[in-house]
Amino acid sequence: MRTLEQTTQEVLDLAARHFQLPAGSLAPADDFFKKLGIDSLQTLEMLSRIENHFGIELPDYEVQGVSDFRTLAERIQSRL
Amino acid sequence: MKTFAGKTLRWEWREGVIELTLDHAPANEIGTAMLAELEQFVAAFGALVPETSVCIISSARKSLFSAGADLRELYRGAAPLPEKERLSGIRNFLERIHAVLNALDAAPFVTIAAVHGVCFGGGLELALACDIIIADKMARFAFPELRLGLIPGFGGIPRLKRDLGNAFVRDLFFTGRTVNAARAQAVGLVAQLAGEGEALRIARSTAAQITKFDSVTRAAAKKFIKRVPHDELRREIDLFCELFARPAVMAALEKFVEDSGPMPYLP
Repeated sequence: MRTLEQTTQEVLDLAARHFQLPAGSLAPADDFFKKLGIDSLQTLEMLSRIENHFGIELPDYEVQGVSDFRTLAERIQSRL
Repeated sequence: MKTFAGKTLRWEWREGVIELTLDHAPANEIGTAMLAELEQFVAAFGALVPETSVCIISSARKSLFSAGADLRELYRGAAPLPEKERLSGIRNFLERIHAVLNALDAAPFVTIAAVHGVCFGGGLELALACDIIIADKMARFAFPELRLGLIPGFGGIPRLKRDLGNAFVRDLFFTGRTVNAARAQAVGLVAQLAGEGEALRIARSTAAQITKFDSVTRAAAKKFIKRVPHDELRREIDLFCELFARPAVMAALEKFVEDSGPMPYLP
C-alpha cells in the first residue's frame, strides 16, 4: 500500500500534468486554489482525475475547506 | 424539420439518427430559451419519428453536459413578483419542462445521452429522460438541489427511483455530492463508460448498432421496458412548488446568484 508521502507525490505529479506545469513546481504545502487559480469546474475535473488514478471515490464534502496538497493527500490516503 | 440551429441547441438528422447538440454559454443552463427550443424539438417529433431510430443528445460546451436549471434566470424572474405570481410562474415552467422530458422519455426511438464533464441537477434530469447514458470517464453527476432547500424539479427523483431505486439514490440526493462516471456505471446509472472525449463517438457507434433492428418491435419493447412514472412526476411538481414557497429558498437562490466567486459548483 502507498505511504502518505507517495500519495502526496502522486497528487503533485497529477496536478502538474493536468495543469501543464513543470514537474516539481508544486509543493505539498501549496494552496492549490491560489497556486493554480482554478475554478469549480477545474476542481471537479481534478477530482475526477484523482479518483480515476487512485481507484477511489472521494466525496466532495470530504475535501470542503481543504486547500493544500498535503491535506488532500491525507483525505485520499484514508480511502486507499 | 430535419435540421435546426437555434440559440441554445441545434439538431441534425442523418441516416436514421438525430444528433441534438446543446450549445448555450456558459454552462448549457436550462432556462426559458433552452426550454422553448426543446419544445420545438418535441414538436418536430411527428415528422422525425417515422425515419428515426436513435437520438443522441450531447454538448458542445468544453467541460460539461449541462450544469442544470438556469438559477440566475429563475431568481431574477421570480424575485420581483408577488408570491402568488411567483408560484404560478414556477409551476408553469415545471409543467412545460416535464412535458418535454416526458415526451423524450416516451419517444418511440432510442435516446442516448453522451455525457462529458459536469452533469448536474436539471442536466442530469435531461440525461435521465434518455434510455442510455454513455459517459466519458471525466463526467460527474450530482443532484445539488438540497443545497438550495429544493428537490430536483425536472423529474429526477421519480426517474432515478425507476432506474436505480436503491440507497445510492438517497446518498446522492441527501449529500448533494458529485460522483464520477465509474461509480455511476457501477450503480447502473451509466450504461457505458468512454475514454476522455470519446462519449459522442461511442454513442454514434452504439446508435449505428441500434439502427439495425426493427423499429416497430423496438418501440413496443421500449414502452414495455420503461414506463414513464406520471403520478410521481406530478407529485414532484407539487412538492417542488410547496418548497419553493419557503423564504429560505429565495434567500439561497439570492446567495447563489450574488456569489461571483469561481466555485459555484462545489458543495
